[in-house]
Amino acid sequence: MEGIVKRFAGVTALDQVDFSLDTGEVHALVGENGAGKSTLVKIITGAYFRDEGAMSVEGRPVNFATPAAAQAEGVIAVHQEIHLLSYRTVAENVFLGREPRRWGLVDWTAMFDGAAALLNDLGLDMDPRATVGTLRTAQQQMVAIARGVSLGAKVLVLDEPTSSLAEREVTLLYGLIRKLKSRGTGIIYISHRFDELYAICDRVTVLRDGKYVATRRLADVERIDLICLMLGKSREALALGATAFTAHAGEASATVPLVRAHALQSGTRLRGVSLEIREGEVVGLAGLLGSGRTETARALFGADPIDGGTIEVRGKHVEIRSPNDAIAARIAFVPEDRKAEGIIPDLSVRENLTLAALPTLTKLGIVDRKQQQAVVERFMMRFAIKASNADQKIRELSGGNQQKVLLARWLCTNPDFLIVDEPTRGIDIGARGEIQALINELARQGLGVLMISSDLEELVEGSSRVRVLRDGRDVAELSRENISQDAIIRAMASGSAVAEGAQPE
Amino acid sequence: MSQALPKTAPSFRERGLAVLRHQGALVALVVALAFGFARYGAFLTSENLLNIVRQNSMVGLVALGMTFVILTGGIDLSVGAVLAVAGVAAVYFAKFGTLAAIAAGVGVAALIGLVNGLLIAKARIQPFITTLAMMIAARGLALAATGENSIPLAPGASGLAWLGRGEIGPLPVPVVLLLLAFATGWVVLRYTRFGRHVYAVGDNMDAARLLGLKVDRVLVITYVVSGAFAGLAGVVLTSRLGAAQPVAGTGWELDAIAAVVVGGTVLTGGQGGAGLTLTGVLLLGVILNLLNLEGTVSPWWQWVIRGAFLLAVVVVQGRMQRAASNG
Amino acid sequence: MTGPSSAVSLGASRIPGWLAPGSASGALIALIVLVLLNSFFTPNFATTSNFWNVLLQASQVVLVAVGMTLVIATGGIDLSVGSVMAIAGSVAAVQLGLGIVPATAIALAAATLVGFVNGTLITRDRIQPIVVTLATLIAGRGLAQVISNDGQLVPINEPGFEILGRGHIGPVPTPVVIALLVAAAAAFALRAMPFGRYLLSAGGNPAAARLAGVPVRRTLITAYTLSGLLAGVAGLIEVSRLGASDAAKVGVNIELDAIAAVVVGGTALTGGRATIFGTVVGALIMQVIATSFNMLLVPYAWSLALKAGIILFAVYLQRAKRV
Repeated sequence: MEGIVKRFAGVTALDQVDFSLDTGEVHALVGENGAGKSTLVKIITGAYFRDEGAMSVEGRPVNFATPAAAQAEGVIAVHQEIHLLSYRTVAENVFLGREPRRWGLVDWTAMFDGAAALLNDLGLDMDPRATVGTLRTAQQQMVAIARGVSLGAKVLVLDEPTSSLAEREVTLLYGLIRKLKSRGTGIIYISHRFDELYAICDRVTVLRDGKYVATRRLADVERIDLICLMLGKSREALALGATAFTAHAGEASATVPLVRAHALQSGTRLRGVSLEIREGEVVGLAGLLGSGRTETARALFGADPIDGGTIEVRGKHVEIRSPNDAIAARIAFVPEDRKAEGIIPDLSVRENLTLAALPTLTKLGIVDRKQQQAVVERFMMRFAIKASNADQKIRELSGGNQQKVLLARWLCTNPDFLIVDEPTRGIDIGARGEIQALINELARQGLGVLMISSDLEELVEGSSRVRVLRDGRDVAELSRENISQDAIIRAMASGSAVAEGAQPE
Repeated sequence: MSQALPKTAPSFRERGLAVLRHQGALVALVVALAFGFARYGAFLTSENLLNIVRQNSMVGLVALGMTFVILTGGIDLSVGAVLAVAGVAAVYFAKFGTLAAIAAGVGVAALIGLVNGLLIAKARIQPFITTLAMMIAARGLALAATGENSIPLAPGASGLAWLGRGEIGPLPVPVVLLLLAFATGWVVLRYTRFGRHVYAVGDNMDAARLLGLKVDRVLVITYVVSGAFAGLAGVVLTSRLGAAQPVAGTGWELDAIAAVVVGGTVLTGGQGGAGLTLTGVLLLGVILNLLNLEGTVSPWWQWVIRGAFLLAVVVVQGRMQRAASNG
Repeated sequence: MTGPSSAVSLGASRIPGWLAPGSASGALIALIVLVLLNSFFTPNFATTSNFWNVLLQASQVVLVAVGMTLVIATGGIDLSVGSVMAIAGSVAAVQLGLGIVPATAIALAAATLVGFVNGTLITRDRIQPIVVTLATLIAGRGLAQVISNDGQLVPINEPGFEILGRGHIGPVPTPVVIALLVAAAAAFALRAMPFGRYLLSAGGNPAAARLAGVPVRRTLITAYTLSGLLAGVAGLIEVSRLGASDAAKVGVNIELDAIAAVVVGGTALTGGRATIFGTVVGALIMQVIATSFNMLLVPYAWSLALKAGIILFAVYLQRAKRV
């Protein structure tokens, strides 16, 4: 069998991972965030260098020090964020670095003709003179793939190729993939969308926490089992008590919902989500990557513009167009990516903690140091934030402590409704428990909480209700007795409403 | 077996707008010329027009070099000072002949550009601060080498004097140089791999790297080019003045940037070109000339108008860009 | 990077609030070393009159650089400060007939307005700061000339006004007092007012700042407005000191000196960190070099070379710290 890429690796991000690809095979690579997929791909395509292990192409051992070296061997990646030059034409992008020349000067005619021939050959109806930036994402992807083909790709890595595509465009992509397959190109397909994996891929390899889990033929494995392999759970219910959530408040204390969102739409990722949260309850928001959870949170907080739908707070319609509007409506939001959207890295713990509440801590234009200090000390103690002192730069703290500071930042503003997005991601076990206990406590005190999490245990034990999203829409709601990891998995995978319990109208 | 992807065939209106967007400066130039013709008798004479081009030929050379740098998303604030250094070098080497003088001037300037490029590409210091520091250092170099005085060209260096004051046929030498330089620049940017890679680096440096381009090499060469053209301008200026002045070129970096921006090359990189910059240089030159001909506009109001004009251009450019990306 | 919590404490809580810790200390050490070296090797350096002289000459840059620090902290730049100085000087000189206070007020208002325009264009139209302030640099210089009776030197014969630039408060020259007061006020504002936190967060992580409810746009406009105002003050002092408004000369190239002072002092060009104290030290470093080279009869050119080297070195160090 030719066209094999064999891989063994030992790096802390990847621990003894094996992977192989056959000629003309479409091989899926799956795993949750942090599983190691992108690291593996980067090693295969030469962006990273492996620490241990061996790699070979067509039986020959290879060592890729740079992406250029990998490309020379025919290993080409098409990334999720399309790495193309948006101001240049399709033809230029395809031939970048190998522009055809005549008498030392770039031969534009040859470039356009060559590109046209290539596109035609691949069955793509595209103008080689079109500026890439004006093309739709689907077309841009085709261009990236066409470039790979023209470079003589033997191995093509497609990373989340359909995350921004409409259904019709996905079909086009399938057509192209099938064509390449028939020519013997091996394709590594990374996606979390099971429909696609089952439609187009032959085999699947599962990674989890940097380790190799299994490789199966997709025809032989059910979706449920695949998810179980990805998440490391068995089909049977697991023992409880894995999180710090105790039997918690959860019961609605008021009949009027605290926050109610109806048919929220925003961009391409949020296509119609409705939910409601009551005081004192923790509503979990579940779904696979790309299902629209974070988009829902951002829409509720005014971080992204809303194209459709309404939001009501305590029964009254509110317009939320910016974070300040949300803050005025007593909504708080702890984002998913601490580093990019949470912490101000060079400022201290104290400054980060009190940032959102500064207006209330200011008297006559000057920040009241004593009051500020009191607030900081109170939260540092209550949340057990470990820092040498309040003036330490926040970027020096561990992830868990940073998260606590962010949580504290919002609690300073005395919100009624708190949205937390992946509150315990990337945090060590000890701090995880502390944060979960904090959220628990807050709900008990009457806060309404919307908790987005990929951690099923967290969702199961922490929420009184779980809403499940899929492809930008809410598809199911599970309440109290019906919440179980199995049920959530089923809902995420198939989108069928296994709901019992009241659905909000 | 074609698939149903729509072709990107623009409508007439879209194409018209695209022309305006891409060649706005050219349109403005034509408008300005027409205005000048209508209003002033003395404007559309070959003497006046040639004068305009000649007066702006040195700034034009600097702006050409600056175009390369700005296309990569960078900037070169040192060109004014480098210009002065080149002039000084030319004067000192004039005794070895005209060719030596030119080579010395351009060579020193290119060397300074090399240092800029290396600091930016390898030491990863931002272009703004690197070339700012270089500007200060180069100015110091020019002052030191001349003892803070003007150094006149030796009377025997007639060859060099020709560069700035001679003529080739009906055209002054600086004008010929300008046209040749821009023609070369245009060819390089449009028809060489290096030129295409300059655009690529400015368009998306990370993508360019991932796509296998030698980004560092491209960057270094663009700063060398910028230095070299500034050097050439410095030699021509020295030739015209008959002396090397250590304070020559002060503020020229700003004029060059203004010309590039007005011409339509975007400061963020990846878009624009030599032709646009030439248009920008000429446009600014014509406007200045018109203001002068008007006579009643004091030189100071001219400054105000220049600044306001630059501002208006960028605002409009920004609006059009945003409309384009939204539309 | 989310590394494990380290035991490194900057002990910053013990340093008085207005002294920015960490980043300025390198510059401070450099300044001390320079002063010591000069005291030994440069004749007449360690004298009182020279001391005041250095401070006096540095005060102009300090004023402008303080405003520049605020702007750079947001990740931007203000190239127009020199022209704003000239505008303020011209307006004041021409309007002195109305009385010192009204003339000063109008001049400062004009300067502030330019800053406000800068800020608005940058935030509302989202044009890059370098381009906007470049345009105002050009237009502003012209305006200053126009205002000065079309490019003439406008002499100032108002003893009350001359105190600004030539007077003393005790042994201290007035400009030095003003500069130090302004620097102290700015440092205080940065430290003790919400504006300081807003400024640094807008520069350090605009996305996070926005999500935290920080009024990013308003903060940016304020920074540029203040930069204009401070440049205006510097302009008034300058023309008072010269005894005339020379719109062609006032403030020329000062943006470079200001940027150099800011960078050398430890404020990062990329934004998010700011130290007024560092800026003052940076300005002093530059001035000490210029003065000592002058006194040592070293050609002016060499001081420029040293300036350039220091700037590059300072930025390089900053980079190393970031990575």
